[in-house]
Amino acid sequence: MRVPNNRSESPLPLPLGLLAGVGAAFFIFPLLGLLVRMPWASAWLKLTSPTALQALRLSLLASLSATALAIALGVPLAWVYARVSFPGRNLLRALTTLPMVLPPVVGGVALLLAFGRRGLIGGWLSDVLGIHLPFTTAGAIMAETFVAMPFLILTVEAGFRSMDPRFEDAARTLGARRWTVLWRVTLPLVRPSLVAGAVLCWARALGEFGATITFAGNFPGTTQTMPLAVYLALETDPDAAIALSLVLLAVSLVVLVALRDRWLGSA
Amino acid sequence: MRGRLALVAIVFVVVAGCGAGAQSAASASPLTGSISVVAAASLTAAFQVIGGAFQKLHPGAKVQFNFGGSSTLVTQIKEGAPGDLFASADQPTMQKLVDASLLAGSPQVFAKNKLAIVVGAGNPKRIARLADLARAGTVAVFCAPTVPCGNYARLALAKAGVRVAPVSQELDVKAVVSKVALGEADAGIVYVTDVKAGGSKVQGVPIPNSENVIASYPVAILKGTHNTQLARAFLDYVVSSAGQTTLAGFGFASP
Repeated sequence: MRVPNNRSESPLPLPLGLLAGVGAAFFIFPLLGLLVRMPWASAWLKLTSPTALQALRLSLLASLSATALAIALGVPLAWVYARVSFPGRNLLRALTTLPMVLPPVVGGVALLLAFGRRGLIGGWLSDVLGIHLPFTTAGAIMAETFVAMPFLILTVEAGFRSMDPRFEDAARTLGARRWTVLWRVTLPLVRPSLVAGAVLCWARALGEFGATITFAGNFPGTTQTMPLAVYLALETDPDAAIALSLVLLAVSLVVLVALRDRWLGSA
Repeated sequence: MRGRLALVAIVFVVVAGCGAGAQSAASASPLTGSISVVAAASLTAAFQVIGGAFQKLHPGAKVQFNFGGSSTLVTQIKEGAPGDLFASADQPTMQKLVDASLLAGSPQVFAKNKLAIVVGAGNPKRIARLADLARAGTVAVFCAPTVPCGNYARLALAKAGVRVAPVSQELDVKAVVSKVALGEADAGIVYVTDVKAGGSKVQGVPIPNSENVIASYPVAILKGTHNTQLARAFLDYVVSSAGQTTLAGFGFASP
């Protein structure tokens, strides 16, 4: 991993180094625990079981769809937060980032109360449009989006705010239209934040458990994502649960490391 | 300076805490100290009442509870979670601890439970028996087949000769009740006691004995107990007539 680093290396004070080491060990030991208990001999069999493959496929589909949805809706929202000032902006921002601190199960209940069969608009959705969200893959995607999108909104808003607006001004004075400026200047400039936000959002969506089980339920192939499959396996077949968790971890680790190197530099 | 003071305070509290723990373990005279009872989620309400009554009877004793899905609790106990007594919602789950030699005695059945169909208040879909769950347009949720209540539901449906496709396989029995209470599902199969605990938003439709499954709840003292006498006394109270009366009040049948 060779990354250009413009900053000079600063000497490491010993207490800081010690604490940093403890901090790192805090994360590494639980992962080592999983690795040590990994049933290597039977792992392949457990991972290629239809349940595991189905859950993995569904998890990838749902988390990627949730990320796409979060980008489509979250980037405009972040732009509004960064560029438009209106009364109640701080309150609205707090409301849309609330799922970060809300226990996900409560988020799931809230989604049911809004989009469920007897929910605020869910009744209308199902009676008039025939759209049922609970217990469907769309419901699982919604639950993941609800919990994960705030990570994207906050990251991208910070990107919009730290961007030098003079680049946009320059483009406009050179005759570029608003959309051209947005596509050719603004978005490329915030790309690092956009990528970071999308990755955070995707990682959160991939691990989502509470809102999904509450809003979408658990059915193999429809709403049973990896975290739900892991939880159920933990009760009956802990070895399978460990194997599944490690796959989830490996996939996430590869993506996080690769993206960081590719787009974010060594910052 | 303030940081150092805080550190001293923390060390003091930790040392004092350890001292207190050692003391109570050493002086484990009858019916003092505390125990932690690990119990199936379906026992939550009944055991809290029993625990309160037991502590009133023995003011020096303290009973703490850890409720959860039986299988999850067994996993936690196997991984070294502390506990003095374990009460499971079915016998196969308790057997896992027998097989792992983690019990200090043999399990004893203290209560029985059976299944009922849980429906929304007023039974809007007019469900009268298991076969009605298979009707088109009826949204059913069960426990996952790997969870005791899901296994029992499967057995009951097989006895009734009914095939039902649920929209969700919930992770525990309380989740099934809450999906029905919220109106997202029309019906589920749960324990009689869960219908009772579910409040006014749900009601139960009895399942005849010929199609029903009886769940036996065993209790046993765990090998890791720090207070055998207190654990034994609590177990005795649960099977005593006072304990059984409380359990009956929550819908459990005596063994």
